[in-house]
Amino acid sequence: MSYQSDLYQQVILDHNKNPRNFREIEGHSNSCDGYNPLCGDKINIHMQINESGLIEDIAFSGSGCAISKASASMMTVNMKGKTVADARVMFEEFHKMITGVMEPQPGAHHLGKLTIFQGVREFPSRIKCASLAWHTLVCAIDKTGETTIE
Amino acid sequence: MGLNKKPELMPEIEKIRADFPMLSAKVGDRPLVYLDNAATTHKPLAVIERIRKFDSQQYATVRRGSYRMGEWATEMFEDSRKKVAAFINAGDHRQIVFTSGATMSMNLVAHSFGRKFIGAGDEIIISNMEHHANIVPWQLLCLEKGCVLKVIPITDSGELIMGEFDKLLSPKTKLVAITHSSNVLGTVNPIKEIVKKAHAAGAKVLVDAAQSTPHMKIDVKEMDCDFLAFSGHKMYGPSGIGVLYGKYEVLESMPPFLAGGDMINSVTLARTTFAKPPGRFEAGTPPISQVIGLGAAVDYLSAIGLDRISAYEQSLLEYGTELLGKIDGLRIIGTAPHKAAIISFWLGAAHPHDVITIIDQDGIAVRGGHHCAQPVMERFGIPATTRASLSFYNKYEELDQLAESLKKVIKVFG
Repeated sequence: MSYQSDLYQQVILDHNKNPRNFREIEGHSNSCDGYNPLCGDKINIHMQINESGLIEDIAFSGSGCAISKASASMMTVNMKGKTVADARVMFEEFHKMITGVMEPQPGAHHLGKLTIFQGVREFPSRIKCASLAWHTLVCAIDKTGETTIE
Repeated sequence: MGLNKKPELMPEIEKIRADFPMLSAKVGDRPLVYLDNAATTHKPLAVIERIRKFDSQQYATVRRGSYRMGEWATEMFEDSRKKVAAFINAGDHRQIVFTSGATMSMNLVAHSFGRKFIGAGDEIIISNMEHHANIVPWQLLCLEKGCVLKVIPITDSGELIMGEFDKLLSPKTKLVAITHSSNVLGTVNPIKEIVKKAHAAGAKVLVDAAQSTPHMKIDVKEMDCDFLAFSGHKMYGPSGIGVLYGKYEVLESMPPFLAGGDMINSVTLARTTFAKPPGRFEAGTPPISQVIGLGAAVDYLSAIGLDRISAYEQSLLEYGTELLGKIDGLRIIGTAPHKAAIISFWLGAAHPHDVITIIDQDGIAVRGGHHCAQPVMERFGIPATTRASLSFYNKYEELDQLAESLKKVIKVFG
């Protein structure tokens, strides 16, 4: 186990330094504030979802560690153009991957480049950092206002 | 100032370290470098063995049985109370109430003193550097009673703005609840001056001493505070035990907080009369072994001497501040001239959570986060800090290791 090869890979460091879709969406259709009370991380997700359930735009703002920021950034990149139903499947798969329940075999999942986060499972205290944006995504889709991961 | 190691201030450091079994623990293949003492401290063998002896040879319930084992246990239990009283120069040991920790001590004051003596329109003064345990109980009380919470602001170096405190004080002020030493900034506040001014305005003062009791000599008579709260597990004793010191006449004026066995004079189904302090506030079977362990911790600290502990820790603080201050992009949060040995910092590109994960690989334990003091984070415009908090069992070399490890973090995030 090494933090450099398993956790802080170049792609993650790059998304931390230059987060994509790090903005707000004016007139968004969906949003949610996600909190991790343990470390004080806050992530806000804005989404534009059309009538047929297609995610036309998604963006995030807030503050957090490299893992939570990179996870949010890469999630938004992978979510644009997907349907709400796709998003739910990906949430389930991502969650199973980082908690070690699912081995991301090539071709057997919808996560694509997001498999880069599988090393998080070796750092149990960081799993919530990686999953904060995803819980917030589901909350935004369901319009439940805000979410706190315990 | 300067990068001066002064090992002569604690010449028996290796002997002291050998007193703490946890300090020889390994994290993976690395020796533990424990710099999270503001969160909790390790226990010396003197405490561990005392509890072991009590639990295996002397254990009985206290203040109940009339058999001899029970009497002896009660005697040892009350002896711990006397030790704690002497430790903070309280004089009368009936002014020592055992609680589960500083948090419960402060909640006790809120629920008992607060509910009886603080009403609608009355004011409570706290500061911007409080731990949540000295904020939330007062917010809840104010929600219930309609009292108003006022906050003393702090400077950029992390000191109370005393001129603002003077302005906040008024005949409406019923209580000033203030930390002795900040768990994030390290700042040591001028308690004597605060108490003097508060008393002149007719207010009582509660001091949160959770972060000061392990590091400096506490003298409640000299402070003249009305209440003082602290925890056993932050001063080399067991967790689950804490203390509320209260001036006897103040404690006596207060109603019970928890109700149950042990806090009564007599109970009939129609009416109950309550015991005198401290028993009035100690309902139920107390944490007996923990009280015995706390007594042993007090003995251990007293044997080394709080003055020597302070001097050595101050030298560690000076060394660490200088050393970490040299690291590019590292900003120390809390630079008051009078500080306990806590170094909180913000490391530019790397979030505290990432810092702790990386230096944890080197066996270094520090805390990253908001330290249950979110208003402090807000004041300094950061979401979290990394915090190294020192003890007299730490060595200069451990600070060297911390600095080296932080350089690795910068390399990753650079």
